[in-house]
Amino acid sequence: MEVLMASAIGLLTGAGVYLILRPRTFSVIFGLTLVSYAVNLYLLATGRVRAATAPILGPGTSDYADPLPQALVLTAIVIGFGMTAFLVVLALRARITLRTDHVDGRE
Amino acid sequence: MLLASSALPIILVLPFLGALVAPLVERWGTRRWSAIAAAVPPLAAIALLLGQLPAVRAGEVPTWEHSWLPALGLDLVIRLDGLAFLFATLVFGIGVLVIVYARYYLHADDSMGRLYTYLLLFMGAMAALVLAGNLLLIAVCWELTSLASFLCIGYWSHRADARVGARTALTVTGLGGFALLGGVILLGKAAGSYDLSTVLAAGETVRQHELYLPALLLILLAAFTKSAQFPFHFWLPSAMAAPTPVSAYLHSATMVKAGVFLLARLHPVLAGSGEYLWLVSGTGLLTFVFAAYTAQFKHDMKEVLAYSTVSHLGLITMLLGLSSPVAAVAAVFHIINHATFKASLFMAAGIVDHETGTRDLRVLNGLWRFMPYTTALAVIAAAAMAGVPLLNGFLSKEMFFSEALDVWNGRPFAWLVPALATVGGAFSVSYSVRFIHQAFFSGPGTGMPRVPHEPPRFMRLPVEVLAVLCVLVGIVPKFFVEPMLSISARDVVGGPLPYYSLDIWHGFTLPLAMTVIAFIGGITAYRLLMPRLEGARDPVVPIVTASSLFHSLRRAVLRGAANVTASLENGSLQRYVLLVVLSALVAGGWPVARAMLATGGIPSPERMPLTPIDPPSVAVWLLLVAATIGLIGQFHDRFKAIVLMGGVGLSVSLAFVRFAAPDLALTQLLVEVVTVILLMLALYHMPRTAEHSSSEGRRLRDGVIAAIAGTGAAALSWAVLTRPVTSTLADYFLESSLPLGGGSNVVNVILVDFRGFDTMGEISVIGIAAIGVAGLLAGLRPRPSPIPESTKARDRHPLFLTTISRPLLPLALLVAVHVLFRGHNQPGGGFIAAILTAAALILQYIASGVAWTHQRLSMNFLTYIAIGVLLAVFTGAGALLFGVPFLSMTYTHLHIPIIGDIELATAMIFDLGVYIAVVGAVMLILARLGRLSHTAEIEPVYLRESDPWKS
Repeated sequence: MEVLMASAIGLLTGAGVYLILRPRTFSVIFGLTLVSYAVNLYLLATGRVRAATAPILGPGTSDYADPLPQALVLTAIVIGFGMTAFLVVLALRARITLRTDHVDGRE
Repeated sequence: MLLASSALPIILVLPFLGALVAPLVERWGTRRWSAIAAAVPPLAAIALLLGQLPAVRAGEVPTWEHSWLPALGLDLVIRLDGLAFLFATLVFGIGVLVIVYARYYLHADDSMGRLYTYLLLFMGAMAALVLAGNLLLIAVCWELTSLASFLCIGYWSHRADARVGARTALTVTGLGGFALLGGVILLGKAAGSYDLSTVLAAGETVRQHELYLPALLLILLAAFTKSAQFPFHFWLPSAMAAPTPVSAYLHSATMVKAGVFLLARLHPVLAGSGEYLWLVSGTGLLTFVFAAYTAQFKHDMKEVLAYSTVSHLGLITMLLGLSSPVAAVAAVFHIINHATFKASLFMAAGIVDHETGTRDLRVLNGLWRFMPYTTALAVIAAAAMAGVPLLNGFLSKEMFFSEALDVWNGRPFAWLVPALATVGGAFSVSYSVRFIHQAFFSGPGTGMPRVPHEPPRFMRLPVEVLAVLCVLVGIVPKFFVEPMLSISARDVVGGPLPYYSLDIWHGFTLPLAMTVIAFIGGITAYRLLMPRLEGARDPVVPIVTASSLFHSLRRAVLRGAANVTASLENGSLQRYVLLVVLSALVAGGWPVARAMLATGGIPSPERMPLTPIDPPSVAVWLLLVAATIGLIGQFHDRFKAIVLMGGVGLSVSLAFVRFAAPDLALTQLLVEVVTVILLMLALYHMPRTAEHSSSEGRRLRDGVIAAIAGTGAAALSWAVLTRPVTSTLADYFLESSLPLGGGSNVVNVILVDFRGFDTMGEISVIGIAAIGVAGLLAGLRPRPSPIPESTKARDRHPLFLTTISRPLLPLALLVAVHVLFRGHNQPGGGFIAAILTAAALILQYIASGVAWTHQRLSMNFLTYIAIGVLLAVFTGAGALLFGVPFLSMTYTHLHIPIIGDIELATAMIFDLGVYIAVVGAVMLILARLGRLSHTAEIEPVYLRESDPWKS
């Protein structure tokens, strides 16, 4: 399982970095989103991948998944949405005002 | 009488309080009341000071202490010894006079409250400086005076010369302040303490210490820049662009005196070495003569006074440099005298300017015919400045001449110092005579911009007070200055006072001869120079001045900085991103590489057994890999890219399901839905496809960088995943969630209880992002679409979707409420419920259109954000009422018949705040973007001529 997780994080990071380096604003937004996925999965991975139950306390088990990375990732997802939304609208406004969607503001 | 412990801090707080109140009084009342509000704090401070006088006279040092940063040796110590008492009296006393004067000086268009704020801020900083009892505190207050003087000098900020003057003063004195910080730190090291009393007692140790010389040089740099000693004198004349009340205050009693105050303050510690004698008295003498010479050729009354101030500061510096006890007494005496006559002269110059409209000595003439009374006051003050007998300036100048003779006696060039002192004295006489003669006496009193008359009664009052002091001190020094002088000079000498005489007549002595020579020489010089001074051109401006050197240096530094910036930043964001990524790679790779070099290979620590791979996981992994690779291949076609990105997000949320994170899976799934809608809305206004604009080489380069980054991230994840868990944080949260937080969903309890403060920050961030989105879209207005109708979809709102969506809304909202309230114990909570609600609402927009939805659903989402954040804050603040820290949560169980056991937790109210804020934020973003999409093409509407987004 560790192989799958590590390779997925690596692939998402690599693809994200490649898209971040592209000249169009929309591609950069895709890239940042992919990198956020990678970071969120990595944060979750700090709790290790185990066959554990969800951190909802109840009778019958004592082997729970680490709740702390989950709490961190949950807010990261929501914050990530706020960031994406702001970037998308910034890109939109830049395109309307500058008449180009190149990240440098000129072709 | 108040105790020192309570009176001293009040003295320091008063001026700052006045700085706040004075402008408010001006706004709500009149200028007169504003002046009264500004004058009361310094008057009260003087009263409190006088209450401490008996103790100070008795040789006690009233002190107030408060530990601030004990680890650094920085304590708030207010220490009122004799020297501090003298300076504090000057600061507050002359401050009151300046406040009265400014009331009549300022033009009706100038804001009186603002000037009073600046003056009182400066007064507070200066009072704090003189009362500070800790070396580091002295350095802090020193900076405060520099900053406050910047505001004072730049009061007329619409004038270029005021801005240049303020900047120059700040640069020069700020540089000195930096040197002072270094100096006092070294001094503190040498003395073993930053406490002033300890340092003052450690003079012998300090002078033997190896750090003495560097500390001395740095402190002298500070004192010389502040007190405008050559070659740093130039900031003072350029500060004359300030309003005259500011000049009268800063350049007589306070700002420039801070430098000589520092020398006097540390005199017992620093004075007594050969370096000190030569450096300080040499610089002082040079400044004294040079500035007095220059002052003769200035035409602006204030500029004459500025150079005269520089010259007198040189005189005081030289006296302090001589390091003899009597010279120290003379220095303190001259500090008092200079404050009185210089403040009154500045005020007189201001009256002349106010009444005639000019300060140019070549234009002014015969003013005594129009303002005899003011003329008399100016004559007294100028005579004191020149050193005419029976006025205060005469006494201290005699002491100066006498010390110049005595201390240098027996040293090489013994004759040179007294000779130069006499020459400087002659120049002083010359410019004083010119100042009075040209402005007030010579000529018939015509040709001036306005016909002058006497100023208002109370504008003259401060000048009268000061002129009377000049006379009283000059005639009966024993009564009027001796008591103050003796208590303050004691702290400069650092021991018992030497014998000194304040008699007016000492018989026919050498100092008297020097005075006589100075007067004859000065008057002769003025008679010889006068015809040449009448010309329009300044006859003696050197080609290179300290001021021009400073400004060329400043320009060179700025140009150099601009060049460095331009070479690093070419304006291409794409390049910056590349640099950021490369830096991250280096920062991440470097420790790994170093560790591998050190251990000679990849370290192989203890490993956990790998977990087996199951088929569903492989399926999710395949989906993720396929969607990601597809996205890389298809990102030019943006529509496909959005769909593929949704696929990646879906597989990530499935991964969350697999790894026992139901809250994350729910959140990710819902956010993915909302993000796709958002991107689709934005795509409406973007080109559907993007042309390949990167070259083959660049794509290859980026591919290599991306491959390295990806490999690095995979290796790092592998390393983390295969090592055993060492953290015990998880156990803590799992154990305390129920007993402390009262919830069994540990993730939710962490969010709303244990780390509630983080969550509060996060909903604020989301809110700010939403408001930012609204702001970015605010200037845009839809315009009629240029897209032909035929290419648009006919069926804008399919009947099927519309019919299904409407009954779905109440159902979805019900689910959201359920998810919200069960969140404490089951997967769910504020974030998830909020996005669920937003998705349900958005569906109505999509299915039925913006207009239809807005008709039935008029919600101001901005208000929702505010309500949500405030609810969270108030829940947190409610804890304070019960005496527990901010955001402490509590819970209780209610037993209601039939329904059963119900748990109530304040964390739930907090989560409700999270819910409302996030609904508001998500909806604000999507609704604003959706409103734009209502019509296809948009154009920016610039509200102002210079649109900030355009430049």
